Amino acid sequence: MSTAPILAVENLTVDFLSGDGRFRATDGVSFHVHEGETLVILGESGSGKSVSASAIMGLIDTPPGEIVSGRIRYRGEDIVDMPAERRRDLNGRRIAIIFQDPLAHLNPVYTVGWQLAEVFSVHGIAGGEEARRRSIDILRRVGIPDPETRMDWYPHQFSGGQRQRIMIGMAIALGPEILIADEPTTALDVSVQAQILELLKKLQREEGLAIVMITHDLEVAANMADRIVVMNSGKIVEEGPAREVFTAPKHAYTQRLMSALPDHDEHKERADEAEGAPVLEVRNLTKIYQLSPGMFGKKKALQALDNVSFVLRPGETLGIVGESGSGKSTVARLLLRLAEATAGTALYRGRNIFEMDRRELLAFRRRVQMVFQDPYSSMNPRMNVFSIISEPWCIHGDILEKPRWEERVAELLELVGLRPEHARRFPHQFSGGQRQRIAIARALACDPEVLVCDEAVSALDVSIQMQIISLLADLRDRLGLAYIFITHDLPIVRNFADRILVMKSGRVVEEGMTEALFRNPREDYTRMLIQAAPKPKWDQAQAMAS
Amino acid sequence: MSTLSLQTPDAEKRTASGPARIFRLLLRDPLATLAFAFLVVVVVCAVAGPFLIGDLIEKPNFRARNMPPFSLEQGFAYILGADTLGRSLLARLVVGARNTLGIATAAVLCSLVIGGTLGLIAGYSRGALGNLIMRATDIVMSFPSLLLALVVLFSLGPSVPNLVLVLAITRIPIYLRTTRAEVLEVRERMFVNAAVALGASHSRLIFRHIAPMVIPTLLTIGAIDFATVVLAESSLSFLGLGIQSPQFTWGSMVATGRGYLANAWWVAFWPGLMILLTTLSLNILSNWWRTYSDPQQRWRLELARRHRK
Repeated sequence: MSTAPILAVENLTVDFLSGDGRFRATDGVSFHVHEGETLVILGESGSGKSVSASAIMGLIDTPPGEIVSGRIRYRGEDIVDMPAERRRDLNGRRIAIIFQDPLAHLNPVYTVGWQLAEVFSVHGIAGGEEARRRSIDILRRVGIPDPETRMDWYPHQFSGGQRQRIMIGMAIALGPEILIADEPTTALDVSVQAQILELLKKLQREEGLAIVMITHDLEVAANMADRIVVMNSGKIVEEGPAREVFTAPKHAYTQRLMSALPDHDEHKERADEAEGAPVLEVRNLTKIYQLSPGMFGKKKALQALDNVSFVLRPGETLGIVGESGSGKSTVARLLLRLAEATAGTALYRGRNIFEMDRRELLAFRRRVQMVFQDPYSSMNPRMNVFSIISEPWCIHGDILEKPRWEERVAELLELVGLRPEHARRFPHQFSGGQRQRIAIARALACDPEVLVCDEAVSALDVSIQMQIISLLADLRDRLGLAYIFITHDLPIVRNFADRILVMKSGRVVEEGMTEALFRNPREDYTRMLIQAAPKPKWDQAQAMAS
Repeated sequence: MSTLSLQTPDAEKRTASGPARIFRLLLRDPLATLAFAFLVVVVVCAVAGPFLIGDLIEKPNFRARNMPPFSLEQGFAYILGADTLGRSLLARLVVGARNTLGIATAAVLCSLVIGGTLGLIAGYSRGALGNLIMRATDIVMSFPSLLLALVVLFSLGPSVPNLVLVLAITRIPIYLRTTRAEVLEVRERMFVNAAVALGASHSRLIFRHIAPMVIPTLLTIGAIDFATVVLAESSLSFLGLGIQSPQFTWGSMVATGRGYLANAWWVAFWPGLMILLTTLSLNILSNWWRTYSDPQQRWRLELARRHRK
């Protein structure tokens, strides 16, 4: 790899014009990548890592964006000042990109085969039968089973992982030399993520692709990277071979980041075993969705939950773990009466939730609160933080008299680690982690006893995830809350949950105390979830060598 | 996280609202300012015009028959020319603003409020009521609006309130269907679910969470619809079922001037221009308001000023 780098970014500075002046997205960023090498740009949201990638593809809107200075060289040739036509030629043919959300980047009204063939015809390489033949080839290479038939399917008929495979297929269709992958696995389940990473590595071996991978996920980064660039606030804080950066980080920020990696060895047992009468007792919960048939089709039913039972004791944390489609979110929706159960009972302090009348339900909703997955959409964008947090007091008139609201909102904001003056801002002015703190403050506003967290941290950066979880743990100890913590990420609950319920296709497959479950998983599925976390690349090399 | 803390150093100051602040932001956008100024002039004309102009609108001046615009021979009142009876067009435009704006505003407001409310109900309730409302709308929509107007006005007799009633009824479906479609979408958003989980009542969900998301769209449609209503009213007047002479509106002025387009274009042109400009201004202003009322978009207004500097 002593040859000249295939792509080099030198001193890239990009500004965005915003309401209050210029905001510098990247500041003097330089990195380069060689053929057959994987460079990972690691950073949390807002660190400028995606902006760097967009600049390479010429995807920055100007205005509001502005490339202040810097060069991007492809094989020594500067592409920033290149004529648009030449650059278009480069994009796709030589440099390709895949994005985080494959559903948003595939056109829903065309078959995937059509969209793949379009790549060939737009670039004038092949048309008609030839394009189709090549597209089938591509689908086979990215591991779509039975590509001849699947060619004529529409994007929504594929699973998330398969859609990402198709996106990768479109990106490599023209045989590019550089592949930019912007958070390619963030939206996927752990086991699917492992497969996609494996596919990328396979393609790299076969084609000698240079991969620039952008991610916030430390484990993914460790799994893929030859070299790593760590970004924070638009600047590069550390750069080097992956192993060195991970095992001996030099910069303080990197050290802090690395400490957020879930520690697999340590587990502190919480002293007081939860006991007493259960707060929540769920028996044989079943939910069947009736799918509307076509005009003549037969009625179809989807069993989302099948005889799920569990109990939750006061002050206890119950983790519900499963991949997407396992029905874990349905449990939360049913418990909060956001959807009606088909069968079964859920007793809250002896009263069946599904049979409560309006008054009881109102009282119940004071005691059981929910924190939603996506902090971006779970708050009304037109309300400021003060109105969001004080909303429970508008609804339940007897909690707090109006003059004290201001004071209490400030108190709650401080409790979740925000500043009182944040109350006058709007949700979009906060980062994902801060928004989730606001959502937690709202949930705490009416002094709940049980907090249901539905994937409450999965939309957040790793180090922020840890912060939110330790905030939740802290609140548990201070306020004596009981949690139902729903997640697809098993390792993350290891230090947090007392008991874990593993779900698959609407059924509970395993239940047990956290540590016992991690040590001796009974079911294959549980074992797979535990082991699905990506392993560092240097370990893999060792494993292969031995 | 850095992005956000950098972007919003004076967020506290910015979120303070109030008429003075809105006005200051408005002045930063020249186009919106112009639109606003024009509407103020039109409204002043509508309110004070009849007292100031007096009987000039009635007075035939045979020396000024079909007088072309931009000549001061007959005094300033005839700067925009005169119609076939030699009446000052400027004076008639000023006085006509009252009837035009009055009828159109009342009709648009009525249909907006009724259509919006029914749309909210139809979108929010999943039961039979929603279906009933939708089918009733279908009936109104399937009936040619001009025919409906003719029947109603013929049986009730032409008068301003009846005119408003007819215009409002024929426009209701537009607001109703738009509102319903938006409500159906907003209702499924996560923050509405979050409010349900907090125990929010139906009225709170509708008025606090759903309506604020829908209203900007309705206002925009209302602004565009304004022109349609003015023209519909003029075609009814043309048929003799709308406003009755000697009363007149801009629409009826266009209708009268239509016959003289070949030799006296200005008779129809000026009122037509006024309708166009009023609608355009309303449109610009409603667009501006939509941007302003959305906290996520408001920075665009603040950015616009900085960019021009």
